[in-house]
Amino acid sequence: MLLVLVEQTGGVASDPSLQTLTLARSFGEPIHALVIGSAVDLSHHGVAVTHVAVHDELDSFAPDAWAAILGQLADRLGAGAVFAAGTDRGNDVMARVAARMRLPLATNCIAVAPGPPVTLTRQRWGGSLLEEARLHSARALITVAPHSVPIEPARAETRVERFTPQLKEQELVVHVAEHVSTKGGGVSLAEAKVVVSGGRGVGSKEGFAIIEDLAGLLGAAVGCSRVVTSAGWRPHTDQVGQTGTKIAPELYIACGISGATQHMAGCKAAKRILAINSDAEAPIMLNADYAVVGDLKEIVPAISAELRKRK
Amino acid sequence: MRVLVCVKRVPFTGGKMVLAPDSMALETRHLGFTISPHEECGVEAAVRLVEVNTGESVVLTLGPPEAIEQLRDAMALGIDRAIHLQTESAEWDPEATAAAIVDAIGADEAASGPFDLIFFGNESADSGGYQVGLLVARALGRPAVTGLKGVKVEGGSVRCEQEADGGRDVYVVPMPAVLTVKEGLNLPRYPSVPGRMRAGRKPVATSAPTQAPARLEMVRLVVPPGQGRRAEVLGSGASAAPAVVEMMRKIGVA
Amino acid sequence: MSNLPAHARAVVIGCGIVGNSVAYHLCRLGWRDVVLLDKGPLPNPGGSTGHASNFIYLVDHSKEMTALTVESVNQYKEMGVFTQSGGIEVARTKERMHELTRRMSSAASWGIEPVSLITPAKVKDLVPFIDESIILGGFYTPGVGVVDSLRAGTIMRERAEASGALQVVAKTEVVAIDVERGRVRCVRTTAGEIEADTVVITCGVWSPRVARMAGARIPLTPAVHQMIDVGPVPRFAGAKGDIEVPIVRDMDTNMYERQAGGDLEIGSYAHRPILYDPEDIPPIERAALSPTEFPFTQPDFEVQMQHALELMPEIVGDEKVGVKYAINGILSLTSDGMPVLGESPDVRGLWSAAAVWVKEGPGTGKALAEWMVHGESEIDLHSSDIARFHEHQRTRAHVRARAAEGFNKTYGIVHPSEQWASNRNVRLAPFHDRERELGATFFEAAGWERPMWYESNGPLLDEFGDRVTRRTAEWESRWWSPIINAEHLAMRERAGLFDLSAFTIFDIQGPGALGAVQEVTLRQMDVPAGRNVYTPVLSHNGGFKSDLTVMRLGDEHFRVVTGGAAGMSDKKWFADHLPADGSAQLFDLTTAMTTVGLWGPRARDILMSATSDDVSDEGFKFGACRTIDIGTVRVLASRISYVGDLGWELYVSIDQGLKLWDMLWEAGRPFGLAACGIGVYGTTGRLEKCYRAHGNELETEYNVVEAGMQAPRVKAEDFVGKEAHLRHREEEPAAVLCTLTVDDHKSKSGEKRYMLGREPVLTRNGAAITDRHGRRSYVTSAGAGPSVGKHILMSYLPPEQAVLGTKLAVQYMGERYPVTVAVVGSTPLFDPENTRIRS
Repeated sequence: MLLVLVEQTGGVASDPSLQTLTLARSFGEPIHALVIGSAVDLSHHGVAVTHVAVHDELDSFAPDAWAAILGQLADRLGAGAVFAAGTDRGNDVMARVAARMRLPLATNCIAVAPGPPVTLTRQRWGGSLLEEARLHSARALITVAPHSVPIEPARAETRVERFTPQLKEQELVVHVAEHVSTKGGGVSLAEAKVVVSGGRGVGSKEGFAIIEDLAGLLGAAVGCSRVVTSAGWRPHTDQVGQTGTKIAPELYIACGISGATQHMAGCKAAKRILAINSDAEAPIMLNADYAVVGDLKEIVPAISAELRKRK
Repeated sequence: MRVLVCVKRVPFTGGKMVLAPDSMALETRHLGFTISPHEECGVEAAVRLVEVNTGESVVLTLGPPEAIEQLRDAMALGIDRAIHLQTESAEWDPEATAAAIVDAIGADEAASGPFDLIFFGNESADSGGYQVGLLVARALGRPAVTGLKGVKVEGGSVRCEQEADGGRDVYVVPMPAVLTVKEGLNLPRYPSVPGRMRAGRKPVATSAPTQAPARLEMVRLVVPPGQGRRAEVLGSGASAAPAVVEMMRKIGVA
Repeated sequence: MSNLPAHARAVVIGCGIVGNSVAYHLCRLGWRDVVLLDKGPLPNPGGSTGHASNFIYLVDHSKEMTALTVESVNQYKEMGVFTQSGGIEVARTKERMHELTRRMSSAASWGIEPVSLITPAKVKDLVPFIDESIILGGFYTPGVGVVDSLRAGTIMRERAEASGALQVVAKTEVVAIDVERGRVRCVRTTAGEIEADTVVITCGVWSPRVARMAGARIPLTPAVHQMIDVGPVPRFAGAKGDIEVPIVRDMDTNMYERQAGGDLEIGSYAHRPILYDPEDIPPIERAALSPTEFPFTQPDFEVQMQHALELMPEIVGDEKVGVKYAINGILSLTSDGMPVLGESPDVRGLWSAAAVWVKEGPGTGKALAEWMVHGESEIDLHSSDIARFHEHQRTRAHVRARAAEGFNKTYGIVHPSEQWASNRNVRLAPFHDRERELGATFFEAAGWERPMWYESNGPLLDEFGDRVTRRTAEWESRWWSPIINAEHLAMRERAGLFDLSAFTIFDIQGPGALGAVQEVTLRQMDVPAGRNVYTPVLSHNGGFKSDLTVMRLGDEHFRVVTGGAAGMSDKKWFADHLPADGSAQLFDLTTAMTTVGLWGPRARDILMSATSDDVSDEGFKFGACRTIDIGTVRVLASRISYVGDLGWELYVSIDQGLKLWDMLWEAGRPFGLAACGIGVYGTTGRLEKCYRAHGNELETEYNVVEAGMQAPRVKAEDFVGKEAHLRHREEEPAAVLCTLTVDDHKSKSGEKRYMLGREPVLTRNGAAITDRHGRRSYVTSAGAGPSVGKHILMSYLPPEQAVLGTKLAVQYMGERYPVTVAVVGSTPLFDPENTRIRS
């Protein structure tokens, strides 16, 4: 029996959580899901029981409280393994579960098989490298690397149960006290359908004018490589990469970006990549679907002009 | 105010991952080493906090003898002293790492008083375990907030900002606390030459903790197969523009 | 990616500053079907050019290096990529100030103007952020500047491409070089193969690896040069260009500081030598930066930070100025600090232009292209010739030992006679132990340990008293002893025994031997067997390729004897000119034979007492050579002299060298025979006789007539350089080699000073002397003449000055000394009638 933490927004489960359910099913069944706050329909994802945790103090995210709930439920159910998505929240909560239960945690896995010992493959370096490992634990704690497993629907008769946790005061100390919206007019990098990014090849802060112009025409977000943020040409919020934002657009247009592992770790979930680079042999070419070879300072404005012409 | 920042020595990778012959580590013969990028921001935050509030900043690492380089790098940026938990070359799993750090913090706090803030990177660049900071916090019984891109001390509390949903989630927690931070928290300074020279003279306390058996046991490393796709060349130079727009139309983004 | 041609006249491998330049100049000189390859991308394929600091100082004590640098600057200027900034070499010590006066001398000798010695205050005017209180002065060269070497490479590449003569192929790695019958045939690459007539390796630090594909050696080692970049410097805010302030070389700390836009770049040659092998250099995709930018090793830079802080506290001490970039840049070092140029002695058609830095890149490219196209370059490259190395000098261990030793001397104060400490005792004469017992001070030549003088001859100092000049100044006393002059006098009065083991000896034999030897020598070789002939070897333009002695031992048997330094180049030159039909062969006997010299008025008495063969003047004329018995040893005796006294060179198989030495030593005892060092052979004896030496007086830039060595007639047979030589005989020489003596040695301080060579020769008013070809007059050789009681100098002078008795001056250590022309041409100063050697 496995317990899976499912993250949701307004009653809809997040994609990484659905990916997690898919991987969890390959590990064992039945699957119990935990959702916190409102109920979510998980009957298309092979979930036998959905536990909906409800508590007066759970209006805002409180990671220690979530960890307590997950731990209490796992104990009550005698879960053989606990899974969550390898998102910021998923990893945060699972690490707290590991800490309270004194169990080892394997984060960002892409494959797991039951043991003992549990054998697994997990991502390192933001996915640029894989680690095969053994988890020596009676109860496996696993998070699943986002976008590494395709969602496979599975019909199931899902029972919904309400779960009322016992929360201590100290478990509520850390909580989201306030949400500050920083959304400007632009498109969010993480959610954009199209991202136009510039790298060292753009040459300067001012050089990004042509990148912004093209992004504007496509309704795209502007991104950049780590070199660009380090040089101070763009803010860190624009950075695509292992230590920046991880993106998953329909089309990623990488201009003057060589494709270092740090960068590719942030854009490998893109459906398609168009690389514009003067170097036909740059590493990014091995990861791109489309390529235009030449000077981005000529090519990017030409694409913008072509788009304007056809509009 | 006393601030601790925990850092990890990681290789500075290039365009391609190459494994050592035993497949248990990266081939680092041609690579330099650095502090994980998230932790560089932690170092900067610690230095700034002590610059403003006075007190003491300490950097801690668990790693091989060569990790002294990263401790010196941090001290060159203004950290006052260092704690080096020296290991053999093999990697420690998160639980063993956290246990050793907890012991070291305990010893240091017993001698010098509690740390108001302890910084970690949100996750290390190489192993990406996402947990050492939280394991330490739990053992110390202190509140912990992760993935921070904003940290501001307000009296006895610290206001923490985390990127979420196109905005920022704000946490306010009492100190002492454990904070894990992300790149973008600040723009770390470059070390000055005088800073570098001072770093060589700052104290480093070295000890060799015993390693708890790993419950997350690495078997081997594997370089993931490339996407296998060879880019379709749409053309070269400005004349490729029509083909690019055609492709965008076909996939429905233009 | 690109289509490789099936065939190329030349394949140039490596697109750094050197490869681009070689390819460009080959095309400019008329070659077509030239292919330029690199495994990396363009314009920066990842070699040392890409991270070079790109500044150029003009003055070097080496004439060859200065010439290459000046030519390079001219090319950079023509391409519009040179930014003149000026440069100051600052001194923190008195010794360094003396060194800077030597640099003033070298500047004058090689014609670098303007230069000046400036005060600390003046340095401060030029470089306002320097702490002038810690320096004693500076050597200022306004012509110093910074180049864009990548841009220069691109320009040269594009010009050659535009001419249709060059095809450039990037991202293509050479995987093999096929050699057939000792000649390159084909270059195999990741993109296919090219049949090639010639291949040029311009691969910088990768060169040894690429050469090995052809079974050849390019002896160099990759080594680290540390560089950091600090900024932003408030003072440089808003800098319009890359550089606006003179570059400072902090010579005593082996460092430099230069503005780089808004930052300051600090480089060092002061750290421990950090050497690599070409195999240690990662492929492009595995390198974090470029393949030749290794991770910075901070512990090696600790002292340097202190030194930089001392000199430029305003910038380096600024807490807001950060270290933005720091690398261990990889560059090429060689065992003697000179580049590796020319056709490989291992493989015909395989050329090297390696261990060349940005400052001499385009000049070197041009010179190598001339060499390839015309058979020789305008600038004499003998110190850079790849063929110069002896076998042991091509080993990894030797290159590493010497490169490590030389690294910290990059800005060092290096005495002209300074000896290497590493990898010594490589080649020992059979009588080496005897020499050690006599207290020899050994100098190295071609790996051989040669006695320079013998401490056991100390008593001779008393014997000759005031006739031996003592030197009080430390600089001239370094690597020198008055005993040399005492040994000289002992030889002139009695006899001296010399170790000449360092000679390079090879035989040319076969039906075609005479023709082969005739072709490369100026003098008539068709002499009766049993004669020795001293002859210049000319380059195509009639300059001096070498000078050496040939003994005719039989109708089809010639023995060539030449110096150790030029020996291997000479050997290649002879080998290259052997008949294609195989009718003559070259056999290297260098390590089979050893040579002892015996000269002095009592030499015949000594030899007669040791042999029953006829060695009387009638029985053994000057210029004769033949085998005699000395005891049980069969010796090839050759009556010849480089020191101006009666005597012989005695050649013996190396196993019996010690026996010969001992017998001569015994025989000489009653006659007062002294062991004499090379100080007598190479300097005092030679200079008194005005004998010319290769590399000093004899270079390709001077011809036979100028050197005063023309014979009354020119042989009828063809030889290399004949046409030019005949022309030279018809025209008035632009300069004539003269012998000068120093009139007064007293410096301003009252201490007597003695020139060591390479100083500028000026008019008494201090004006430079330039001949009509633009060549400056400088001291080609300097040394004592104990028998004539003078300090002797040689120099080429224009006809106006080349007049007996002309009063001139020599600039030495910042002062001018009066000198007088004592000989015009080759008449000896000592024993002008040569009665001694013919007695």
